[in-house]
Amino acid sequence: MSVKIILFGKLADIAGGAVSVDNVADTDSLINALHKDYPEFTKTKYLIAVDKQVVKENTVLNKKSTVALLPPFSGG
Amino acid sequence: MSDQNLYERYHRQIILPEFGEEGQQKLLKAKILVIGAGGLGCPALQYLTAAGVGTIAIVDDDVVALNNLHRQVLYSVNDIGLSKAKRAAHILQQLNPEIKIISYNERLATQNALTLIDDFDIIIDGTDNFSTRYMINDACVLLNKPLVYGAISQFEGQVSVFRNKKEEDVNYRDIFPDPPKDGEVLNCAEAGVLGVLPGIIGTMMANETIKMITGIGEPLIDQLFTYNALNNQVYILKLSARKETRSLIPKDKKEFLKIDYEWLCAAPVQQNEIDSDIFNRMMVKGNIDVIDVRELHEMPTVNEFNHIRVPLAQLADNTSLIKSDTVIAFCQSGKRSLQAAKILSGIFGNSKKIYSLRGGIVEWKKHKQPV
Repeated sequence: MSVKIILFGKLADIAGGAVSVDNVADTDSLINALHKDYPEFTKTKYLIAVDKQVVKENTVLNKKSTVALLPPFSGG
Repeated sequence: MSDQNLYERYHRQIILPEFGEEGQQKLLKAKILVIGAGGLGCPALQYLTAAGVGTIAIVDDDVVALNNLHRQVLYSVNDIGLSKAKRAAHILQQLNPEIKIISYNERLATQNALTLIDDFDIIIDGTDNFSTRYMINDACVLLNKPLVYGAISQFEGQVSVFRNKKEEDVNYRDIFPDPPKDGEVLNCAEAGVLGVLPGIIGTMMANETIKMITGIGEPLIDQLFTYNALNNQVYILKLSARKETRSLIPKDKKEFLKIDYEWLCAAPVQQNEIDSDIFNRMMVKGNIDVIDVRELHEMPTVNEFNHIRVPLAQLADNTSLIKSDTVIAFCQSGKRSLQAAKILSGIFGNSKKIYSLRGGIVEWKKHKQPV
């Protein structure tokens, strides 16, 4: 099962292109897999949204889920 | 201003059925505070002034610089070196002499934030650093003030509206509970920004403000709007309030005043660097351990203020010499002292405030004052 992942800001820069992770059942395992593939992700804070809803706890994913990871911006 | 003139100036928006004369009256009665007259503040201010918001206050302690002009579109080359708040107020007043524009050429800090914010109906956050953003958020939650939030980085922007009327209304800490630490997020000066981006995001902030005042449409309450200028992707996230957030916000005004937001965010600039001016001011207050981390033979010698000498390599083994809760390290140019600050932060964590003198003793000697 592969969910759609959308990255914003610095996270998109780090990944440098499309990201995909196979066989993840929930957000925790997705994040763990991403941190393994992109260790730089651990150095920044970001929010996690599943199907456009921001989630704070581990959330079950299905094959149609879209997960967005978005870091804070400070610029003005 | 005569009613006829008023009608004429705002005619094109008054004829909108949803807006009408009632909408215009609401704008004219509204009092708003725009914090930061930079990339986001400039376009927001222009449109809010043009739309006829009755009272607009601008807070900014910065001056116009040449590298601001590609995005801070209110200013011209003649404004370089002048106060942004004052110049913006002057320029905007020419655009619309019928409204009241107030300028505060000062930095928003915990000491003035609550008094200032309390006087206005809606607050617009166009600042450029996390410490001020978290401070504004907390102050607006405490005072139940609606906050229009916008932020940018490189080619991307975020906009949201925090209503702050009820406990269950979403605020910034529901999205990002704690400020990022130093180095986690780059600011515009480090990461760059496309000039037109704050124009788009700042204009959206003006639009959200107008909707909040007039009650038309659907403001971005409980939503985070994101925009990418490169591919025109818009992504709107739904937000929900969290019970835990409340514990992160100071309980009352007294507690708010005690929070050092700059420290919480590890300072907006580099690490916890301070310049010579701040150094001198801190020295006047006293109760500080100053450490020279240069080698013992290095010149120039410093006899203008009390300090201890511990070369960088021996610092970690000699922390028992540090007694005060505030520590400032310095070296020749400010590089080794930054390392020293990192080492000390690693040892003392949050139990002490640790700073590095930017530019080192060489820079300080240029500005020195009797301490």
